[in-house]
Amino acid sequence: MRRCGAIWCAIVLFCLMGCSGGAERARGIYVLLDTSGTYAGELKKAQAIINYLLGTLQPGDTLVVGRIDTGSFSEKDIIAKARFDQRPSMANTQKRAFQKKIDAFIGAVTDSGFTDISGGILQAIETLNESGAGRKYILIFSDLQEELAKGYVRDVPFPLTGFQVVALNVTKLRNDNQDPKNYLVRVEEWRKKTEKGGGQWRVVNDLERLGALFEQ
Amino acid sequence: MENLLSITPYPLLSVCIWLLLLFLAMYLARKPFHRSMTAFGRVIYNSMRLAASSVKLSEKRLIVRNREVLMNNGLEMAERKVEREFDRIAASVQRDLEGYPQVQRKLTENLLKLEADYEKCTAIPQSLSDWVKVIDAIANIRPTGDRMVVNMLEEIHNTLIEQHKSAVERHRRDMAERHGILSRMVPFWRGVQKTVDGIEKAILNLSQRSKKIDRYMADYEKIRAQTDSAERQLSSSSLTQFFISGLVLAVAAVGAIINFNLVALPMSEMVGGSNYLGIFKISDVAGLMVVCLEVVLGFFLMDALRITHLFDSIGSMEDKKRRIAFWFLLGGLTLFAGFESALALMRDRMAADMEALRQSLAGVENTELATSSIPRIGQMIMGFILPFILTFVAIPFESFISSSRTVIGIIGAWMLRTLAFVLRLVGNLGFYLGRLIINIYDLVIFPALWVEGAIGQKISRPREEKVRTEATAPDEAARTSQMETVSLPKEATE
Repeated sequence: MRRCGAIWCAIVLFCLMGCSGGAERARGIYVLLDTSGTYAGELKKAQAIINYLLGTLQPGDTLVVGRIDTGSFSEKDIIAKARFDQRPSMANTQKRAFQKKIDAFIGAVTDSGFTDISGGILQAIETLNESGAGRKYILIFSDLQEELAKGYVRDVPFPLTGFQVVALNVTKLRNDNQDPKNYLVRVEEWRKKTEKGGGQWRVVNDLERLGALFEQ
Repeated sequence: MENLLSITPYPLLSVCIWLLLLFLAMYLARKPFHRSMTAFGRVIYNSMRLAASSVKLSEKRLIVRNREVLMNNGLEMAERKVEREFDRIAASVQRDLEGYPQVQRKLTENLLKLEADYEKCTAIPQSLSDWVKVIDAIANIRPTGDRMVVNMLEEIHNTLIEQHKSAVERHRRDMAERHGILSRMVPFWRGVQKTVDGIEKAILNLSQRSKKIDRYMADYEKIRAQTDSAERQLSSSSLTQFFISGLVLAVAAVGAIINFNLVALPMSEMVGGSNYLGIFKISDVAGLMVVCLEVVLGFFLMDALRITHLFDSIGSMEDKKRRIAFWFLLGGLTLFAGFESALALMRDRMAADMEALRQSLAGVENTELATSSIPRIGQMIMGFILPFILTFVAIPFESFISSSRTVIGIIGAWMLRTLAFVLRLVGNLGFYLGRLIINIYDLVIFPALWVEGAIGQKISRPREEKVRTEATAPDEAARTSQMETVSLPKEATE
């Protein structure tokens, strides 16, 4: 009888230990949109990607979209943010609202003078850490050409442990075509920065392969 | 290595010396080596034989146990069949023969009525009055021509004719009355015939059932006597049941999966779509639990109906309590079915909502989703029906469990037999391996053996000649003592 009790206790304990809110399985995705003059034309593609993410993400996942402008390390640069509700119907409503916000932003976006990618990444790290998501992704939709305004300092290391940083649709600039080394150096610099911070770096220019990225 | 080869200036010579020494050492160690190898072979052989006999013993025990289980199952089944037949007979007797006194009374009443009617029919009609004969005699008197007599006779004649007419009429009326009585007798006859037919049918039914019981009892006796034919029959029946019920269970499993899919998505709306229990989503676990609960309720329901006998406590309940339990379980199952039907509706709505969202995200303008209600109704009906269908899983499940005991026993016995064979094989291999190693050893040191043989022959030849001269009969024992033979144990040749 006592043994039976012990077995039941063990089973209940196992269930309680196994029972979780699913936070460690939840995905947190922060999409950084480059709104600088050299890249603003690509935002339609970003919109499609965000819509794809909205269709893919599950209840409990977090999606944040922020812009990269002159000073991106700011909550004001967050365009839309949502942690999808546990109930699928509520999550769908949230997704519709999210989509509307993004549509409105894309329709009224203005070019920024400078490109503070580092500030955007720092903001993304902070936001995703707060969300408590288990798997964290930062999707940078940019040409990775950082241009900081005078007085902005971004020489802080990125604490990217547990993060996957994915550069999407990294367009080639005019001088990249003349000298591809510039492009390669630019991408390599960001890879180094990311890996130095403990994150994983990836470049995905073929947007069709985005699905495989989240399935891993 | 170089040191070993440098004991002489010539490496080849060194090798030869070493080989010679090695052969010498081997020759000197020959007998102990032979003994140890023989012992090694015997150890393997004996231990494997021991293990094989132990396994064989286990196999025998398992076979006996299997037989016992098979026979017990068979007995139980035969008892159940006989019991069922007795129940049917009881029901038949209750239905047909319980009202036998009433039937008999009815039959007697009908017969009495028939008898009375028959008596009425056989009543002799009233004959003509005696005076008619007198008048008839007078009417036969020859006319004499007397007018008065003529008139009188005419009057008599007319009266007679009238009397005849009234007699014929009365006769006809009596006949009609008798016919009426006879026609009223027909339903009574039919009633009697029907009653008798009913009794005959009931008796025939009882006779057939008793024959069936005889047959079942013969089977029962055969099983009780534990005959080989009964064992074979039961074993074959068990295997057939195992495969058929396994197939049905597989089909039921597919049904359960479909059922689960109907339930899982809408459950996420209730218990949340992002909580996990271990590696499983809580919503999936909840859906699975609903399906499992339905199946369990089905098991209880079937037991309450005494169709299956999975739980003795349900089957052995008092009839009243069992009936209450049955209605309670049926109510529960109906509730579950309704709940699942509602979930199916919810699922349909959620799927439509998700599809609308996907189309909106894909940028499809003027989304027109299929508005047909047929899939929705179909899903709802399926959600309602599947729990009831899953109820019947209890029947093949019981059959599968009872037959799997036999099948597992048969497989276990076969595996033990195979294991015993393998052990015996390893034992024999070990024994012959020892022999092989001894022979190879002798083959390696054959020069030394050859020399030994040659020297031995030289020494033994003069002695033999001397002995031959002394005694004519050859001493076979002395010759065989020189031969080294390692005989195979008697068991190994078996």
